[in-house]
Amino acid sequence: MADPVKSIVTPIQLTYDFTPGVAASKFLHGLANKKILGGACPQCKAVIVPPRGSCPMCAVATEEVVQVSDHGTIVTFSIVRVPSDNLDFELPYACITVLLDGAGLPFFHVVQGCDLDDVRMGMRVKAEWVEDDQLETSISSIKCFVPNGEPDADYETYKEHA
Amino acid sequence: MRDVAIVSFAQSSAAFEDERNEVEILLPVVQDAIADSHLKRSEIEFTCSGSSDFLQGQPFAFVMALDAIGAWPPIKESHVEQDGAWALYEAWVKIQTEDVDSALVYGFGKSASGDLPEVLALSMDPYCVTPLWPDMDSVSALQARQWMEKNGKTERDLAEIVQRNRRNATDNPHAIQKGEVSIEELLAEPHIASPLRASDCAGKADGASCVVLMAGERARELCERPVWIRGFDHRVDPAALGVRDLTTSSSAKIAGEKAGVGKDKIDFAELYAPYSHQEPILAESLGLGEDVLLNPSGGALGAHVLMSCGLQRIGEAAQRIASGKADRGLGHATHGAALQQNLVCVLEGE
Amino acid sequence: MAELCGIVGIGQTELAAKRIDVSMPGLVREAAERALQDAELTWADIDAVVVGKAPDTFEGCLLPELYLADALGGAGKPMLRVHTAGSVGGSTANVAASLIQGGIHDRILTVAYEKQSESNAMWALTISAPFGVSVVAGAGGFFAPLIRGYMRRSGAPEDTGILTAVKDRLNALKNPYAHLKLPDISYDMVKESPMLWDPIRYLETCPSSDGACAMVMAREDLADKASKKPAWVHATAMRSEPTMFAGRDAINPEAGKQCARELYAKAGITNPRKEIDCAEVYVPFAWFEAMWMENLGFAPEGEGWKAVHDGSTELDGDIPWNMSGGVLSSNPIGASGMLRFAEAAMQVRGQAGEHQVDGAKVALGHAYGGGSQYFSMWLVGAEKP
Repeated sequence: MADPVKSIVTPIQLTYDFTPGVAASKFLHGLANKKILGGACPQCKAVIVPPRGSCPMCAVATEEVVQVSDHGTIVTFSIVRVPSDNLDFELPYACITVLLDGAGLPFFHVVQGCDLDDVRMGMRVKAEWVEDDQLETSISSIKCFVPNGEPDADYETYKEHA
Repeated sequence: MRDVAIVSFAQSSAAFEDERNEVEILLPVVQDAIADSHLKRSEIEFTCSGSSDFLQGQPFAFVMALDAIGAWPPIKESHVEQDGAWALYEAWVKIQTEDVDSALVYGFGKSASGDLPEVLALSMDPYCVTPLWPDMDSVSALQARQWMEKNGKTERDLAEIVQRNRRNATDNPHAIQKGEVSIEELLAEPHIASPLRASDCAGKADGASCVVLMAGERARELCERPVWIRGFDHRVDPAALGVRDLTTSSSAKIAGEKAGVGKDKIDFAELYAPYSHQEPILAESLGLGEDVLLNPSGGALGAHVLMSCGLQRIGEAAQRIASGKADRGLGHATHGAALQQNLVCVLEGE
Repeated sequence: MAELCGIVGIGQTELAAKRIDVSMPGLVREAAERALQDAELTWADIDAVVVGKAPDTFEGCLLPELYLADALGGAGKPMLRVHTAGSVGGSTANVAASLIQGGIHDRILTVAYEKQSESNAMWALTISAPFGVSVVAGAGGFFAPLIRGYMRRSGAPEDTGILTAVKDRLNALKNPYAHLKLPDISYDMVKESPMLWDPIRYLETCPSSDGACAMVMAREDLADKASKKPAWVHATAMRSEPTMFAGRDAINPEAGKQCARELYAKAGITNPRKEIDCAEVYVPFAWFEAMWMENLGFAPEGEGWKAVHDGSTELDGDIPWNMSGGVLSSNPIGASGMLRFAEAAMQVRGQAGEHQVDGAKVALGHAYGGGSQYFSMWLVGAEKP
């Protein structure tokens, strides 16, 4: 008698049309124009970046569009060394959460252009944009963040996000 | 058992491809339901939702919905990977434990993002059935054929069900498939999986809905006519199509009995029948007579927002009773291939 | 709580990287049958089934509970499927308990499982929407920055994670079901293992496991008649907060603190460290033991790491944590929360074998998920509350 079948491989492929949503669309259009846009909460005034249409704390619509700086502070970071199929950056790399000046909360990205050992909390960075002819409605318009040369931010200024 | 009432219900207008994301769709719906309940967000003690990651092709899709419901300060919250109707059940149970007196329940989905009948093929036996990619339309067609043969029904009978639901949907501002259509027009369409035509299948849409529950006396303070949940039950059948009689739904029958459908007169029923032939199968399984009005809202054929449709049936039923158009009715929800899992909620006005 | 809920049967499968010897139905039935055997009950005695698991992308099977209805004796019965991210195993147990507490059913079977070897968990956790960028490689990528923040905030010694990693793996050697069995585990072995997401090392990280856990719960009078001593549910609690918002403290989340406070208040506990005998806490990355010590009120803020260093959380310490080896030794994501809850119940029933804490009367089960935003907890006791 043949060996029992212990496993089968069944490939699955599904295609989805993804809608980022009204607020995220504005964010993406902003990126195509080298602008980082957020949604301001009418209640608590925090600027949500990237905007999702609602303030997570107040649960109200964030209709007002506010531009924030493309300079910011590294709130925390990690050096990634673990391989995975769908990463956009070469290992090892430093993934960070960066609090852009004017934004109410940090978001995930990557810092490059310095030694991995130099990456630290409080480091001041700025967005490095792709060449003008490569700009598009995607977060990939920002290639990465790089040190901007300013002295480190005071722990107090970003402590509540750390 | 504690008396629990539905004190408000809100829903979005179904859209084939809403340009908004889940949060943007959900936010106004939740705000409306809370406003109509006359409660403050902070007074609602428990939150429960229903949704499915696979609809959007993203794991943890429900996590982002927290942005729309005011989860700060932190809330008591849970989630089921099922239609919002089952989230309503979980919330009702929570109230029965006396841990809370009120709940906010919502269901949502952007099923228009993917090819829904294909996505649903993944909910079958992964070893021997799914690799054949039996899309949900085809599977339902197998059931339709069996039902027609057994009961001496024709495709014209199916078309009449579609026509009636579309006509009912005309008065429903949130429905998407509505209006007068002749039997001839419907029968002139090609089959997509015989005997079913596209019009026999509810299709898919983006949307959300929300219900607020309140226990006891307080419900009377919050609305003119609280709609009481008199019976609530759900059951599941075996998955394999070959082991059950597809011309009936035994899980719907048991759920209906346990929910007490037959205890008193039923004026109307909102049945989640995403395929036209499933409406009479459910009506029969639930023991509903010819005098019971079916799907006054237009049902799933009028608007099919997966993960919200069942909750919307219950919400529509509640609204009908609250407005005085009826006194006792039921909302039904279904999941799985060919009516495998069914939920029945019996409602009665004050 | 209207009715008292007793846990009368507990079962789990062997937890391993790949349970290639069983299909999905085989896996859940293994746990369910063991729980029924432990309860000395049959499938027919069960009124309803509550299933919990994490994202369906982990197995590539949508709404698998529909397919598993047969395997779980669910035909003709109510079946619920809970999904609250990583805390799901715990939430599932809480939902199951509420069906008893609400007087809806007499006996419930609850099962939580994950057969994540069937898909690719790392991929499933890293899926990014279009227009997004894939920087966060798996859960570790999200939590590593938080751990770094805790290290900075508390001034904890850099090797705090190493100590927990060693302790939990040594405990696992005493647990016949645990996945990772590393008899040679040592401080140096952990320290020298590769850095995955700085500051998390390979051996400070949980494995990816297949496994299932099941419990049978019953109404008070039926639990009283059970052949083995039940564990009694003293309290349950759940809390959620959004993933990211201005001013969020993701290191010591408010939702976790509030959840614990509610749990203790319901059970009449004012000093958790003293009044709770042991705890099974969701620690997927070693540093979380120190962090959760604070979040759960077992240590003042900034001092959780001290309990790790002074041996308090060891099996023979004054407040043993993760006697089973915890999530660091076995992590079938959807089941891990229920394994914590079940192991806590096993302790107060005296059925934890080699990893039993002598005389354990009150135990805490804890689970968390998402971006440290979903929390579910329960307290169980050998005696009725």
